[in-house]
Amino acid sequence: MARLADWLLALPILLPLLACAGGAALRASPRAQRALTAFAALAMLFASAALVAVVHPGGPIASQMGDWAPPFGITLVADRLAASLVLITAVMYAACALAARGDAELGEAEPLWHPLLGALVMGVAGAFLAGDLFNLYVWFEVMLIASFGLLVLNAGAAGRDAAVKYAVLNLVATSVFLIAIGLAYGLAGTLNLADLARRLPEVPNQGAVAAVAFLLLAAFAAKAAVFPLFFWLPASYHTAPAPVGAIFAALLTKVGVYALIRLFTLVFPGELPWVGPLIGIAAALTMVIGVLGAAAHWEIRRILSFHIISQIGYMLVGIAIATPLALAGAVLYMLHHIVVKANLFLAAGAIRRAGGSFSLAALGGLWRRDPWLGLLFAIPALSLAGLPPLSGFWAKLLVARSGFEAEWYWLAAVALGTGILTLYSMLKIWLEAFWKAAPEGVAEPPALAGAERLWLLAPVAALGLVTLVIGLWTEPFAAFALAAGEELRARDAYIAAVLGGTP
Amino acid sequence: MKESLILRSSARYVLWTSLAVSLFILLRGHNEPGGGFIGGLVGALGFVFHALALGQGATRRVLRLDPLAWAGIGLLAAALAGLPALLHHGEPFLTQQWLAGTPIGTALLFDVGVYLVVVGFALAFVLPFLEE
Repeated sequence: MARLADWLLALPILLPLLACAGGAALRASPRAQRALTAFAALAMLFASAALVAVVHPGGPIASQMGDWAPPFGITLVADRLAASLVLITAVMYAACALAARGDAELGEAEPLWHPLLGALVMGVAGAFLAGDLFNLYVWFEVMLIASFGLLVLNAGAAGRDAAVKYAVLNLVATSVFLIAIGLAYGLAGTLNLADLARRLPEVPNQGAVAAVAFLLLAAFAAKAAVFPLFFWLPASYHTAPAPVGAIFAALLTKVGVYALIRLFTLVFPGELPWVGPLIGIAAALTMVIGVLGAAAHWEIRRILSFHIISQIGYMLVGIAIATPLALAGAVLYMLHHIVVKANLFLAAGAIRRAGGSFSLAALGGLWRRDPWLGLLFAIPALSLAGLPPLSGFWAKLLVARSGFEAEWYWLAAVALGTGILTLYSMLKIWLEAFWKAAPEGVAEPPALAGAERLWLLAPVAALGLVTLVIGLWTEPFAAFALAAGEELRARDAYIAAVLGGTP
Repeated sequence: MKESLILRSSARYVLWTSLAVSLFILLRGHNEPGGGFIGGLVGALGFVFHALALGQGATRRVLRLDPLAWAGIGLLAAALAGLPALLHHGEPFLTQQWLAGTPIGTALLFDVGVYLVVVGFALAFVLPFLEE
């Protein structure tokens, strides 16, 4: 039998690949495609749960593809951060696949939805597990191509316009990434992340190393939609159907954040004095600009898109401060945010189905028609704003507390102030869509009922339950995040897992 | 262009010739320049020529399956090539395995997969632009 690690690291990539390739081969039969996607999502859930169970007490594990010795081959690595993100990716895969069953907007595009969703999840899982910079680039490309395809599924003129903006701005970021990879290889002669961590301090030209760090920071900041490089996100997310929007909002930007955490804890840990303050300022501006943009909009998907940007700022706070506690805060924030954001987009899809629109002006009176939907929307909305006892409260608490402990008072204050503005725009959606009287002269769509209601609300309820569990039973999640923070700060275990005992 | 008698009657032979050449390039890639990617491009060229001469409907009939289905099958084959190492030999994914004493191994299956992915994607991309 193969080592367990070899299986556990390959499966989270192979299972969505099966759904992608098999889905493309079985395009004529939607029923077979659905079965394949369901199987892949469930199996990926179990495989990644096993991966988390192995790395949580055991520490990082690595597998060398094709048995090529590191640092020459392709390495897959998982530590606590990567493993937990793969698990949450599997949860999103299952939830969005389920929600797509009930989404009429997807309709006849379904034969392409399954392969593209599989490809997207494969790209995301691959990026989390990639152990070298070039492989990370490849997975980013897989993700970009799949997401481009998903954006133009059933798209009208507005959707195609959004997709072009999205693809062009992302390709610019990818080119910067590729240039940085070339420079890094020229300087260090290796692209394996663990090997780079050892080699870069020995490079004589430290000015060029700083340039590589800056280029990578810019590239991943653009992928993560950090101020001032976020323009692609609000230009594109608001045109996608709800399940597509949910998987985008949950995963795409977070891969950029993950890459930033990985690079600035493993490869460039605290050697560059400008990194912390620069990321801190970017974090503050990202939080404030994002939340103000959300306050200005009256279309649910646009409001939620701007909140993604704002929330990315909180994760950056953790990277800027970079103490183990701050990194733990960033990890918990990512896990919480992925669940909550996907939940909100899926709930928005249900609101649109029940109320007939995404626009707050055309909505109203939904509380009277469907109070359950109101409750299910309120859980992630209040969690996003950070109200106790929901998951967002604990994530914000860790981030803010690490800010006060490390004496970054202004940054912690901005984070807390942003929370209040977030609450404002979540209440805005709730009051407008659910509480105010239905606007006159707008025809009510048929009530949400039967199987359609089940397909639409089941994933919303399941993700809401995850939020409640993280909120009410925080202990194990916080302990996990703290262990992940410590592990990121003490990077020796990761390097030893990849390179073995070689000095 | 479709009125050209020479083009129309040569299309079939050009298709099979370029497929033969592409298979040669695919197998040659084992030890020398060549392989699934470039072989797949040559094979796709033959199909594109066929579609130019006889219309894309005729080419789709030769292909039997949808081009994207071929790409999916290729991707499955390439992934499958990595599994024997995990299943039987206790080695990491994609580690090369050989049929005892022969130069035939999982690398060949992987390359055939790459070939099918390239042909499938190239045709899925080009065929919709060609007239019937």
